[in-house]
Amino acid sequence: MLEPLLLMLALGAVSGTILGIASKVFYVWEDPRIAEVEDCLAGANCGACGYTGCSACAAAIVEGRAPASACIVGGATSATKAAAVMGMEVGAAEPLISENTCTGGFRAPEKYYYMGVNDCRAAYMLYAGAKDCGVGCLGFGSCVKACLFDALKLGPEGFPVVDIEKCVGCGACENACPKGIMQVRTPSERILHVNLNTDRLAPCRQTCPAEINIPKYINHIKNGEYDKAYLTIMERNPMPLSIGRVCPHPCEDACRRATGDDAPVSINQLKRFCSDWVFDNNMPIDLSVAPDTGYRVAIVGGGPSGLSAAYFLRRLGHQVKIFEWMPELGGMIYYGIPEYRLPKAILGKDVQRILDLGVEVKTGVKFGVDFNLESLVGGGYDAVVMSIGAWNHASARIPDEDKVKGVIPATIYLRRQGLGQDNPIGKRVGVIGGGNVAMDALRTSVRLGAEKVYCLYRREIKDMPANHVEIEACQHEGIEFITLCSPTKFVTDDEGNLTGIEYLKNELGEPDASGRQKPVPIEGSETVLELDNFVIAIGQKTDSAFADEEGTAVSRIDTFKGALVVNADTMQTTVPYVFSSGDSAGPPGLLVGAVGAGRRAARGIHKYLMREEMVFPDARLRVDSRRMTGHIPGTIFESVEGIQKKGRIGQPELEPGSYERQHTVAEVDLTVTEEDALKEANRCMRCCLTCYNSDT
Amino acid sequence: MGDYVLLAISAILVNNILLIQYLGNCPFLGTSKKMDTAVGMAMAVVFVLAMAGIVTWVLEVVFLKPLGLEYMRTIVFILVIAALVQFVEIFLKKSMPALYAGLGIFLPLITTNCAVMGVCLINIKEEYNFVEMLVSSIAYPAGFGLALILFAGLRERIIIGRVPKPMEDTAIALVTAGFMSLAFIGFNGMI
Repeated sequence: MLEPLLLMLALGAVSGTILGIASKVFYVWEDPRIAEVEDCLAGANCGACGYTGCSACAAAIVEGRAPASACIVGGATSATKAAAVMGMEVGAAEPLISENTCTGGFRAPEKYYYMGVNDCRAAYMLYAGAKDCGVGCLGFGSCVKACLFDALKLGPEGFPVVDIEKCVGCGACENACPKGIMQVRTPSERILHVNLNTDRLAPCRQTCPAEINIPKYINHIKNGEYDKAYLTIMERNPMPLSIGRVCPHPCEDACRRATGDDAPVSINQLKRFCSDWVFDNNMPIDLSVAPDTGYRVAIVGGGPSGLSAAYFLRRLGHQVKIFEWMPELGGMIYYGIPEYRLPKAILGKDVQRILDLGVEVKTGVKFGVDFNLESLVGGGYDAVVMSIGAWNHASARIPDEDKVKGVIPATIYLRRQGLGQDNPIGKRVGVIGGGNVAMDALRTSVRLGAEKVYCLYRREIKDMPANHVEIEACQHEGIEFITLCSPTKFVTDDEGNLTGIEYLKNELGEPDASGRQKPVPIEGSETVLELDNFVIAIGQKTDSAFADEEGTAVSRIDTFKGALVVNADTMQTTVPYVFSSGDSAGPPGLLVGAVGAGRRAARGIHKYLMREEMVFPDARLRVDSRRMTGHIPGTIFESVEGIQKKGRIGQPELEPGSYERQHTVAEVDLTVTEEDALKEANRCMRCCLTCYNSDT
Repeated sequence: MGDYVLLAISAILVNNILLIQYLGNCPFLGTSKKMDTAVGMAMAVVFVLAMAGIVTWVLEVVFLKPLGLEYMRTIVFILVIAALVQFVEIFLKKSMPALYAGLGIFLPLITTNCAVMGVCLINIKEEYNFVEMLVSSIAYPAGFGLALILFAGLRERIIIGRVPKPMEDTAIALVTAGFMSLAFIGFNGMI
């Protein structure tokens, strides 16, 4: 009995002694921090970090080969702890989340019947898979098998669905997908992405100047997830409450539904509905902001484009300060768009959400007067966005237009209204122009008590660039349209007050560069129209007189017809650290275009500051949303099969002729009801490049 | 000489430690999902078994048999193999960092592997002399490596195949292992 005991004791003692001695003799100095860092990691030895096991990962972190946030499973917690061991600040690392970008699934047509191995990579080897669409999901779920965290499921519609809660952003699905459909990106990378012709984009999404993922947010609305719909919009458009009210929605012109149904999906009303819902219900909205980059950017001009640039730059992690010369932020949409179309309180909510991200503001300071580029650079700003808008009006080329009393440029007329100043107006008001500003001036005049309001335009109503609904609303409000006319001179009384205007009638000649017929005045057709006030609303220009000052940095910025010359992709001016977007960077355009340009400027600045490649990839999708050209080939259909006419919802509005409509500035267009919104959302066919949901 | 060749063929094919004796199943299933891992594991097993075979054989001949303590064999071998592997790990880390990095996490994994234990016990049971023991201690893990690498190759293909839901992963792997085993039984009677 004693022998085995002694043997075991002896063996144990010998082994222990040898090991003890060996560990001293063969001691290898190892950075003690490796063990400490290893304790911070998840300890799963999963290999998602790209190293063989946690100790290898810890060694890599200590040697500086891997960032403190290398452990994907451990996430932010382990990153913070590991960074503490290493004695550095990690900041809040940006979360990586996987996203499926193809919604084809079972509805996608197939080229041939595939009977091979149930795997995307295997199927891809045979003519890039059976799906007709070259960039569509093959639906065998290689990504699902690759996911170690059970965060991916093959959805009921035949394409993978990501469970955001479980996804750790390891990138396994992206590696497994032969078609690059699964994309694991940080919020910053998503902001910096621009539409490419290799992306999976519905026609509406290709057309939207702000590149909003329209089918995705409408699908969220369909599922009753209004806050997710709002967040989807916020990825591209920081002012959905405002744009949901005033956007002329070029996206709807490309809507595939309109081809088979009577009218397109009312996309903009849905945007307005879900954004209103989020604010009305005080939903908590979590907008991610990237860790601080240490760069500071000055935004000159707090209009839509400046606000958009500020919002995206802030989310990319830069410190942003807006310098605004007027007392309120919002620029032309605050001072130009009347209260009845866009209530100031609504705009204020959009602006506040942007400022809540940590954007600083200084109002009442004018560029070129209170500060200039030198003082901004001296004040520690690394880049400047000049989004100064277009506040000068274009001339109507009528003699004495700046002398005759009673003649007002629309910008000043509407700005007085926006500032709440006294805006005296006579009984008979004429407005020249056919754009949205002209419509705003017309409808404002009605509300200011004018009895007779005329719209003068040189072509016909169908040629007007204004939104169709705006023209219709004008007609509802009793505004008279005098088309095919060219004002030639003002009629005044002895004191120089306006009493009327003389105009020539026009006939339409050859089409001009814009494709519309050129108006030609008819000799001897002089007519006089009695007027008390005349509003000029035929276009605006940027006030860039400061660029003529010799010897200053700003004089090196090239201008053309008042606008700052920029690279259309990066929005960079001829001074490398100065960028420009919105109306000041080209001919004045749509609000949604200004917001899109603001994001491009933010991208340009981010790439410039981070010393990354600034130019767009060759695959950049360039769609002209006005002429409706440049879409991805094969995505605009002549006819659409399987569509039933469901009828578009109407626009609820204040009763025409009612007291509120004619005499107050109460908002005219109302938000649709939830019931209508769901009905409209169900008209959306969730299109992609070629796939769509048919009704039958 | 011929005997040794026969012994080696017997250990590698006819009495394959994995597919005929069915020892060492945990690493067989656990490390056979990827070819790289399987190769690393196979190398580590050859290395450790050669060491363990020698030490345990010496222990048996020098201590256990003379003292009449053969019944203590299993527990003594466990202790000695575990200590040995730890020692080898410490030694390699200092003296051969390249080999240590290559074998990586597989060394500690086989500390208490039943295939290692099994071969050590077979060496004693068959009453091999030193050279025979040496051949056996290298040939058996070579057979282990052969089976493991073949199996990893199969599993890499199975993973992209159409496998019924209840049969996925380990279940289909065991079925596959069964078929491989049947195939290896074909070597029976070769010697």
